[in-house]
Amino acid sequence: MYFNVFGEKVSKARHKEMVNAQKNRRELIAARLNRRDLFRMGLLTGAGYLVTKGGLSARAQSAPALPVNQPASPQVRPFIEPLPIMPVKEPVHHLSPAPSVDPLPGEGRTRPHQGLALFPPKQFYEVTQKPTILSMSPDLPLQTLWGFDGLVPGPTYAARYGHPVLVRNFNNLPLNDNDGFGMPSATTHLHNGHTPSESDGFPCDFFEPGQFYDQHYPNVLAGILSTHPGTGDINEALSTLWYHDHRVDFTSQNVYKGLAGFYLLFNEFDTGHEHRGFRLPQFPHHDVPMVFADKVFDPEDGKLFFDTFNLDGILGDSFTVNGKVQPFFKVKPRRYRFRWLNVGPSRFYEFFLTDLEDLDAHNRFWVLGNDGNILPRMVHTESVRIGVAERMDVIVDFSNFRGRTIYLENRLIQLSGKGPLPPPGDIAAAGQGNLVLRFDVDDDRVDDDSVPPHLFRGYHLPDTTPEPLVVRSFRFDRLNGQWSINGTFMDCNRPRFTVKQNSVEHWVLTNFSGDWQHPIHIHLEEHQVLSRNRAVTPFRYEISRKDVVKIRQNERLELFFRFRDWTGRYPLHCHNTVHEDHAMMLRWEIQPDGDTNITP
Amino acid sequence: MADTTRRKMLAVSALAPAIGIAGALWADGTSQEASAVSDGPKRFGAPLSAREKLRRRYFPNLPLITHEGKKVSFYDDVIKGKIVTINMFYAQCDEICPRVTANLVKVQKLLGDRVGRDIFMYSITLKPEQDTPQAMRDFMEMHGVRPGWTFLTGAPDDMELLRRKLGFTYPDPEIDKDKAQHIGNVRYGNEPMALWAACPGQANPEWIVESISWVDRAKLNTKTSITSTKSSGS
Repeated sequence: MYFNVFGEKVSKARHKEMVNAQKNRRELIAARLNRRDLFRMGLLTGAGYLVTKGGLSARAQSAPALPVNQPASPQVRPFIEPLPIMPVKEPVHHLSPAPSVDPLPGEGRTRPHQGLALFPPKQFYEVTQKPTILSMSPDLPLQTLWGFDGLVPGPTYAARYGHPVLVRNFNNLPLNDNDGFGMPSATTHLHNGHTPSESDGFPCDFFEPGQFYDQHYPNVLAGILSTHPGTGDINEALSTLWYHDHRVDFTSQNVYKGLAGFYLLFNEFDTGHEHRGFRLPQFPHHDVPMVFADKVFDPEDGKLFFDTFNLDGILGDSFTVNGKVQPFFKVKPRRYRFRWLNVGPSRFYEFFLTDLEDLDAHNRFWVLGNDGNILPRMVHTESVRIGVAERMDVIVDFSNFRGRTIYLENRLIQLSGKGPLPPPGDIAAAGQGNLVLRFDVDDDRVDDDSVPPHLFRGYHLPDTTPEPLVVRSFRFDRLNGQWSINGTFMDCNRPRFTVKQNSVEHWVLTNFSGDWQHPIHIHLEEHQVLSRNRAVTPFRYEISRKDVVKIRQNERLELFFRFRDWTGRYPLHCHNTVHEDHAMMLRWEIQPDGDTNITP
Repeated sequence: MADTTRRKMLAVSALAPAIGIAGALWADGTSQEASAVSDGPKRFGAPLSAREKLRRRYFPNLPLITHEGKKVSFYDDVIKGKIVTINMFYAQCDEICPRVTANLVKVQKLLGDRVGRDIFMYSITLKPEQDTPQAMRDFMEMHGVRPGWTFLTGAPDDMELLRRKLGFTYPDPEIDKDKAQHIGNVRYGNEPMALWAACPGQANPEWIVESISWVDRAKLNTKTSITSTKSSGS
């Protein structure tokens, strides 16, 4: 018997055609034909895919490499709409009723605020997650999405250290109409925030339509209540955070439906101003957040499709940036700061800058920050790899590309939820990946007072020599299709271990799931990668503070943590949102007294 | 294609049948030259309801036979209008099936008389050649399965189709042949609400019950407590 990706029986001849198509695609990649050859031969679409007709890519019908049940999106014209820029979220003067330490009537919160009296909010916001009707491409029908304030991605918060924030979050999602996927109860996680547990957006702290939830973001540096009283450790400063729905078991559906946005945190160094502090490109004109989300659209009605019966990982074949399929962006010939965020659900990217007129060129840029944490020095590179939920702050100098057209290209080859192919066959030739975004570079003369990247000096990395109080081990595994950590599954009601507040720990993450890869996220505190397979990490821009770490095939990672300031519940989980929703998560606690459970 | 190497030509020759019949393409990556798709959204049919789309994609109305020997149709009789749990098993399976089944028996006990009344549990066999209604009844008796939980068998091709439709699969076809490799999970959902999810079949039974409650329309607006543990924050 032979089957296509929809699980339907196909003839032997059709199956052979499908297998051949896949083989052909591999040969094409191996042959390193350039993009113009492919166009000329009629083998590549403008969107950067191999054509779906004629058996080359059997994607429209099926291909063994494509995840089960996933349809091929209808073709749309790329690069005909400008990149949308998310608006900056406007504060309100006051909230009524006024925020209180204990939960208010109608509020979904179950625990008192830990830090409200210590760090009284100076800035107040109201935000509502609600259904919204938006266009993702003029070649597709309008989509019914869920967005914060009805926007996808949501508005960008521009916050400052020393200015505590209180966000009153209203759930106005429809109780009975999810349009095929999405759970209307919600919890909003501030990803990377040094946030008290009750405001963290813990996955089990979800609240229902009609309820609200007050989230207090102190915007303080780690160490403020412990190692560095009153100030916090400047070397723990965070810059590029994001917020997203984290409803336990439904995060992949709800984020795919649109519930995500940026939260930027400025201070006296990362000022947002080109003439002050670090002198990084000016926000918001030359400092541009970008959300990458790969999607599937139903070929019959053009509507966003989510495969609720896929537990391996969902790959989109349609690439959106800031909510639009393959937009273009007009830039000046100067330096820009881009804040790149991959919201998944399951794809890893490796981004290159590609000039289709010169495919042999090595177009380098600078990595400024990893997971929103500014590096000691910028790293000059030709590409960055971004797993789900990771952020890369980069500086691109378009004065090198004056008057030209440059593409942001994902050249990482990933065929299933397992993760990208292992090296060395993991990177497609220039021009043969996915063209995600087109930069149209102006020819004008333009001012640029931002810091030259090679002169930049950022934050130091915090000391990782202190001895750990506990070394804990975590095994990431697949048990008969069940995603597990140390052989156990997510349960909101059962904390697996307790960290002693203000202590140092090492966590050892080991991939037991063979050739599956997992981007692992730990809430509250950043970590540093002490080793990958007992050696120094080979990735230059990974010598940094991180909050998501990719464990690749057969890898063992050792991480350094210092858990400070707040107490309560937090999760550790895989951020392939499909794995995360199917129990590859655990709840841990931080309390004045910890335990020494080394394999929790 | 002046610079086309021999290696490239070999690859291209393998593609020869495809080249002649390739469909309408854009001229190049930067062009906005029109093709068939420039008609815009008009080319799409009227959208179906979410429920109907899910039915077409995941729930073929296949003829099945229950452990009582009754003929039923998968969509009309098993799924339609119900809150359900679905897992896959076969009676002769050593490791994973008995473990998941024993765990789901605990779930059934916790759900009490709601099972068979407003929550329906189903186990679908992967080995219909062996799992006759009698074999399924023996398996149920061995595990102490109570009424309200139905075991299903059918024609081998149909059961294989159902496995694939419901996503109990593995991306690598070789590993996919070992069916025990990927049947640990339990799908649960509310068909009329088009609300579907899954959890490990070996998760804590209390947690599985709580998970099922999320798709229960009547209970959607009443949050279940997660504050029962002793260490619930500060």
